[in-house]
Amino acid sequence: MSIEIYIDLILVIFLAITALAVIYVRNLFAVAMLSGIYSLLMASIFVVLDAVDVAFTEASVGAGISTVLMLGVLAITGNREKISYKSSLLPLLIVIGTGSLLVYGTWDLPMFGDPYAPVHMHVAPEYISNTYKHTGMPNIVTAVLASYRGYDTLGEVGVIFTAGVGVLLLLSRKKMNKHTNAKNKLEDKS
Amino acid sequence: MKHHTIPRVIAKLAIPGIILFGLYVQFHGDYGPGGGFQAGVIIGAAMILYGLIFGLDALKSVAPQKIVTSLIALGFLLYAGVGIVTQLLGANFLEYGVLAHSPKEGQHIGIILVEIGVGITVAAVMIIIFYMFAGRKQ
Repeated sequence: MSIEIYIDLILVIFLAITALAVIYVRNLFAVAMLSGIYSLLMASIFVVLDAVDVAFTEASVGAGISTVLMLGVLAITGNREKISYKSSLLPLLIVIGTGSLLVYGTWDLPMFGDPYAPVHMHVAPEYISNTYKHTGMPNIVTAVLASYRGYDTLGEVGVIFTAGVGVLLLLSRKKMNKHTNAKNKLEDKS
Repeated sequence: MKHHTIPRVIAKLAIPGIILFGLYVQFHGDYGPGGGFQAGVIIGAAMILYGLIFGLDALKSVAPQKIVTSLIALGFLLYAGVGIVTQLLGANFLEYGVLAHSPKEGQHIGIILVEIGVGITVAAVMIIIFYMFAGRKQ
């Protein structure tokens, strides 16, 4: 057996420990840090799977930005979790049910790394053999994202744009004050 | 966090490195892993770190909210604009080949411009989200 399997095992064990710690720790500050660690471990797993671009995104978004945003939220809300006394039996059943369905779904997947899997038979060989010829770009992932699939990436940027505008509209206070002021004025007049 | 010496010193040392790394990821995306999305997030994170350590007002004097807000749209417009320019040059939307003398060079220019657009929008959105969250404290 190769050394890779041990690395995988260690990472998965750490992942499970971190996930359990997220559930049991009551201090939300610690939970925010732990979820950052979870993302970093996930990024390491992606590196082991040779998906460096995905690992990069996971590390910067999961371990970086979302941890920081979580900390920013904690500064407003306070950092102790409210203890809930509700029974968690139904959520547990739902989680177990969904989990077993997902595991059942993996039985139909092709073997990991199978070169004859359907996903490798469609456009992938075309990209791998022609990207350098078409674009002169050594990183196929970038070429696919920005050039071959340029429309999709434009749509993704549109999604991020919309998300930003949505947050602005929902949380921007100045606009709300203006709105209420205008309302008050109207009420004064009537 | 203004009175904590260790986070302040570490942040001051780290932030230039983080921004430089973000720029490297942005412009090296054609050769190595990375690209506009990751670079935008990294640069956004560096700015947010600055805001967390030195306060919201310090960050707002570096990156005024009005400018950041318009950057959200600018990045998207840059991306779509590249597509429209290629159309005006007689090719399909986002067909970068016509941007230079040889198709390969055109692809290169197009991809770099588009990635810059992605980076600008992502970084600006991250900073704006932070502004919105952090601004509610007062």
